[in-house]
Parts: sequence; structure tokens; C-alpha cells
Amino acid sequence: MIKKTPSAKKSEVAAAGYDARQAPINAKLGQDEKIQFYRDMLRIRRFEERCLRSYQQGKIGGFLHLYIGQESVAVGCCSVMSDNDHIITAYRDHGHALGVGMGMNELMAENFGKYTGCSKGKGGSMHYFDPSRHYWGGHGIVGGQIPLGTGIAYALKYKGIKGACMAFMGDGAVNQGAVHESYNLAALWDLPVVYIIENNGYSMGTSQERSSAGESLAGRAAGYGMNWAIVENGHDVYEVRDKVSRALKLAHEQSKPTVLEIRTYRYRGHSVADPDSTYRDKAEIEAYKNTKDPIMVYQHALLAEGVLTEEIIKTIDDSARAEAETSAQFAEQSPYPTIEDIKKDVYWEVDNPQDKKSVGSLFFD
Amino acid sequence: MPLITYREALRHAMAEELERDPNVVIMGEEVAQFNGAYKVTEGLLAKFGPKRIVDTPISEAGFLGMGIGSAMLGMRPVMELMFFSFYSVAFDQIFNNAANIRYMSGGLINCPIVIRGPANGGTNVGATHSHTPESIAAYHPGIKVVVPSTAYDAKGLLKSAIRDNDPVMFMENTMLYGETGEVPDEEYLVPLGSAKVMREGKDISIIGHGRAIQMALKSAEMLKHKHNIDAEVVDLRSIRPLDEETILASVRKTNRVLLVEEAKPFCSVSAMLACIIQEKAFDYLDAPIRRVTSVDAPAIYSPPLEKEQLPTPQKIFDAALAVLK
Ligand SMILES: Cc1ncc(C[n+]2csc(CCOP(=O)(O)OP(=O)(O)O)c2C)c(N)n1
Ligand SMILES: [Mg+2]
Repeated sequence: MIKKTPSAKKSEVAAAGYDARQAPINAKLGQDEKIQFYRDMLRIRRFEERCLRSYQQGKIGGFLHLYIGQESVAVGCCSVMSDNDHIITAYRDHGHALGVGMGMNELMAENFGKYTGCSKGKGGSMHYFDPSRHYWGGHGIVGGQIPLGTGIAYALKYKGIKGACMAFMGDGAVNQGAVHESYNLAALWDLPVVYIIENNGYSMGTSQERSSAGESLAGRAAGYGMNWAIVENGHDVYEVRDKVSRALKLAHEQSKPTVLEIRTYRYRGHSVADPDSTYRDKAEIEAYKNTKDPIMVYQHALLAEGVLTEEIIKTIDDSARAEAETSAQFAEQSPYPTIEDIKKDVYWEVDNPQDKKSVGSLFFD
Repeated sequence: MPLITYREALRHAMAEELERDPNVVIMGEEVAQFNGAYKVTEGLLAKFGPKRIVDTPISEAGFLGMGIGSAMLGMRPVMELMFFSFYSVAFDQIFNNAANIRYMSGGLINCPIVIRGPANGGTNVGATHSHTPESIAAYHPGIKVVVPSTAYDAKGLLKSAIRDNDPVMFMENTMLYGETGEVPDEEYLVPLGSAKVMREGKDISIIGHGRAIQMALKSAEMLKHKHNIDAEVVDLRSIRPLDEETILASVRKTNRVLLVEEAKPFCSVSAMLACIIQEKAFDYLDAPIRRVTSVDAPAIYSPPLEKEQLPTPQKIFDAALAVLK
């Protein structure tokens, strides 16, 4: 079981010979599954690189928060979801969306503001949704999704469903009151939720040290008597899988919440148009890329294991690039929503007039 | 007069007030080291140092509440919301604490805080980031609401807001940050609560605030050009206090009214204006009052559709013709 106190925690991480590959959840992996994680991470990367190009071509409006560098987190977490598990995240949401199986076409089309997008062009890059895949968004207000994730867990428990909700946030979100209020409720009522802090070191241009008091972000859970742990090597998809699956197990079997802090890193600006120079050096980014890039590290490991070959890598990469390219074409050729669409999906009653119960005006223009 | 941007005008206002009054501090997310998410506060950290220009965590309820408390003790914090939309995270702090503290203390306490940031649509950032809450803010007695549409007003109004002893919600517009306007070198203030006739005319009054006014000026030129109609354009500049005199004088002169704004139509500023005008100038009206607002739905992301959701010079032009029909 995951320990509660900081000292207990540290000794666990430092435990000699911890090898995430040997953890039960990873030891039994077959070759195909291992390759699948690799493919999933690469698909996220290629998709986002294509998004960046489209953004630079002026095809995508507003913000574009890329996940490049963090792929192991979404892929690791989504790979251990079982049928009754759910997920919710913030605006840096492309990786999780692909991780749960949403298609590049609907995501790219959403970025382009097209009607074929997952939210019919109404949400944009920050607001992806697919409830059929238990993916509850895509949220633009920092920390705002955390009470919602807590509520999903509450509903699962209420309905007697043996599932959990993974509620993702950034290292900057931990200072929102709503996050703390959620922690309290989850711990108080034993809700099956796993709070996942993707600690990429920065909230926009502010480093963790400049925004958060205390030693560890996850450690704040101790104040609520909640279990917590740190995934030091968030670039290692195996370690992510191991720690997250243990937290999920705790949620499934004992209906207990956990706060997990996963250490990771983003390569691009906060949103791609944002400057990087005020808060970090290029050298810092390069150092991470060269030693901890999640895809590179995993690729080396699988090559060493003999699971991957240069040939398989090339096939996977070619097909990920082609898929991303196709999605851009799909988005390009798709229609925009119509003016009439602006006022659809606002009220259920208006969209379902046969079941309308209320009287009086709902719109005022 | 020098031409400067709306953004620079805001920055100059803050710099001058920082110089003038040691109780003024600038706080918000990314305002200091990052130079401001929209670069409004660029260079202020270098000039005034970290005691006066303060980066906060993402903690709107926390830091706005803190600012409100410090204002109760005589500071004059100017708090930046990266997007005005995030005011809702701090709703309780603003509308229960800042708005009511003077009232509930029987006038013993006041709260000279400015909460500023961009409140606009049109930048494809989706419904969560595109709120225009002028009417929601102005609904609360105790709160003042200011919306500048030019560089000149941005500077003059912000300086007045900082010196004001009540909480002021100062709503800017990212689409205007880069627009230039003439701003004198000498110090000046624009008082809160004074509207401005931006263009004189005799045939119709187009009244509104914010970026919709810049559009209305374009529409007025189109009306002149195509139909020889002289539209008067009135910029409210301040929503609460509201310059009823100037509004009603214009209505009495032209007898026809078109109200424009970027917000949604229900319970909006224009809805309030329509009520005031019919109460106080009903006999002067030769036609029903019309409005141009955003289409009544959350802000759509899709870029070409968001343009259609918002007011446009063409929509204002068409609506003006309908009023004049
Ligand atoms: C309530 C609120 N305040 C501020 C913002 C603007 N903003 C968006 S993301 C962000 C930084 C968040 O950083 P973090 O939580 O670490 O997530 P990351 O971007 O690193 O994934 C900020 C300040 C927002 N969207 N919502
Ligand atoms: Mg972060």
C-alpha cells in the first residue's frame, strides 16, 4: 500500500532495486502491448507536431497547448484504465484524448473549428470531450475540472460501480482552492478518485518554487489523511503504469483517493505562441530531451529488449505521420458549423423540442 | 500628441500611479517576470522591483481576496486577471467581500482595489475564456465598472480608477491592446461616469461601450457614405457610474436609438439602457429601440463562426437602417 507520511514515502522511492519493469503490471506485458505503448506515444507526438504546423499556417485559432515531452504520462495512465474508469483533465488535453482512443480526425477538426470535430467546433483545442470513452474533457479554467472529477468518482461510488476517476491537473493548479476542497471531500467520503498532478515544473512562466509552498505538491494530501506518492521518473511509461495502477487498485478495492505527483516536462511554450525565454534556458530543455525524452528512452529500452527493430520503428513512425497528415486534410476539407449551429447545444430542451416542458423565452436576440 | 497603443496607455497609467503613490502595487499571474501574459505590465518589474510588481500563484480567489484585505488597510492594489473570465473563480471574494464591506461596516471600511484584465470575445479561446461580465459586475451596488475603448480613455480612466476609493472592475479588450490613439504627454484623468460623444450626428444615436464602439464608428461611416445618414455614436466608457445625462441628451436630439455591445443580450447593459431610456425619454422616441449584441449562446470556438456570433460593423449598419425605417 502507498504510504502516507513524507518520510515513509521517501524510503519507498529510494528502496534499493526498485525496477518498474519488474512490477507485476509490467512484468506480464506481451510484446504487442509494449509496442502499442510506443505507438501511442509516437502518435501523440506526430499529431501534435502536425497541429503546430497547422497553427503556424493559421488554421487553428486561440491557444494550442502542446503535450510534447509528457506523452508517457497520458499513455501510461490510459493504458491501465479498466472498463469502469474515467478521466478528466485540463486544457493540455490532446495526449489524454488520443490515449483513450479518440481519433486524430475528430481532434484535428476540432482544432480547426470544424463541424466534424469532437465538439462540433464549439470547444476548440482546450475543450475536447468524449463521454462514450469516459473522457470528460478538456477544461480551460485552471483547477476547475478537479471538483468535477471528484463528482464523477462520487457518482461511481453512489451507483455501486467498481470504477475510479483519474483527475489530472498541472503543478500550477494545486494552488486553487477548489482543488483543496475536492481533496477534503474525497478523503472525507472515501471517493474512488486518483488526483494526478502532472508536474512539468512550470505553470506558464512560473516555476514550481515561485508558486507553491512546501516541499512536495503531492505531500499536501497528508493534511487530509490521504494517500499520496510521487512518480519521480514520469518519462518512464512503466513507472507511471505501476504507480497509477496501484492507486487505481486502492480506489477500486477500498474506495480510497490518492494524490499522485508525476514529474514530467514540457518542451514547447506554455501555449505555442508564448515565449520561453523569461523563465528557462534552452539548455534545460535540451538536457531533458537528450536524457529523458519518454519516447526515446522507451525506444532504447525496447530495442535492447529486442521488442522493437529499426524496421518496426520506421513503419510505426511512417503510419503515425500519415495518420496525422490525413487528419489535417480531413479537418481542412470539413465544413464549418453554420450560423444556426451557434445556438444549438445550449439548452437540451431547445434541441429536443418534442420533450420541451418549460414555457417562455430561452433566447433573447 | 504622441500616438501610443492602448496597451502602452494602460502601462503608463500604472507606472505614473506607482510613482505617485507608494501604496499602489501591481499583482497577478505572470505580471512581473514574464512581463504580463498580454504584455500590459512589460518592463514594470525592471523599473519598480518585486515589492511593487508581484507574481502570484494561480489562485484567483486567494490573491484577489488578499488584495481586497490589503485595500481595507489602505493599500491600492491593481490586480490583473489574466483573462477577466477568471473573475468567476473569485466571485465570492469580489461580490461578497469587496462589494459589501463598506456597506456592512457602516462606512468604516473602504476598498480601493482595481481588478483589471481583458474581457472580450473574438480571439477563438472558447467559452471559458471569452466572458464579458460588465452587467454581472455592475449589478452589484458597491462595485464600479469601467470599459475603455480608446488608448486615451484607457489611460485616463485607469488612473482615476486607481485613485478611486471604491472597488473598480476595469474591463479591457485584447483586440484593442494593439490599437493606437493620441495620448498627451501631460498628466490627465478621465473621470469615471462620463460618457463621450465619439461622433456627432442628428439621425440616430448608437450607444454602447468597448470594442462595439469602434465597430459603431465604422458603421456610422458606412451609413454616411451609403445613405447620407448622420449617426451619433456615444461611448459609455463607464457602466457604473453611468452618464445618463449624455445618453438622454443624445436620444432627445436624434429620437432614434440603437444600442450595441459585445455581451449577451439577457440582463445586459443594453437591456438596462433600454429600460432607462423608455422611462426617461419615452416621448422623444420615434421608433422602437433596437440592440446589437452577441448571439445568445456560449462563445463558440470555431473562428469564422465566432466572428458571426459577435457584433460586426455590418450588423450595426443593418440594425441602424431598421431603426430608421
Ligand atoms: C482560473 C485560471 N487562471 C489562470 C488561467 C491561465 N492559465 C492557463 S494555464 C496556466 C498555467 C497552468 O499551469 P499548470 O497547472 O502547471 O499546467 P500546465 O500548463 O503546466 O500543464 C495559466 C496561468 C486559467 N486558464 N484559469
Ligand atoms: Mg505545469
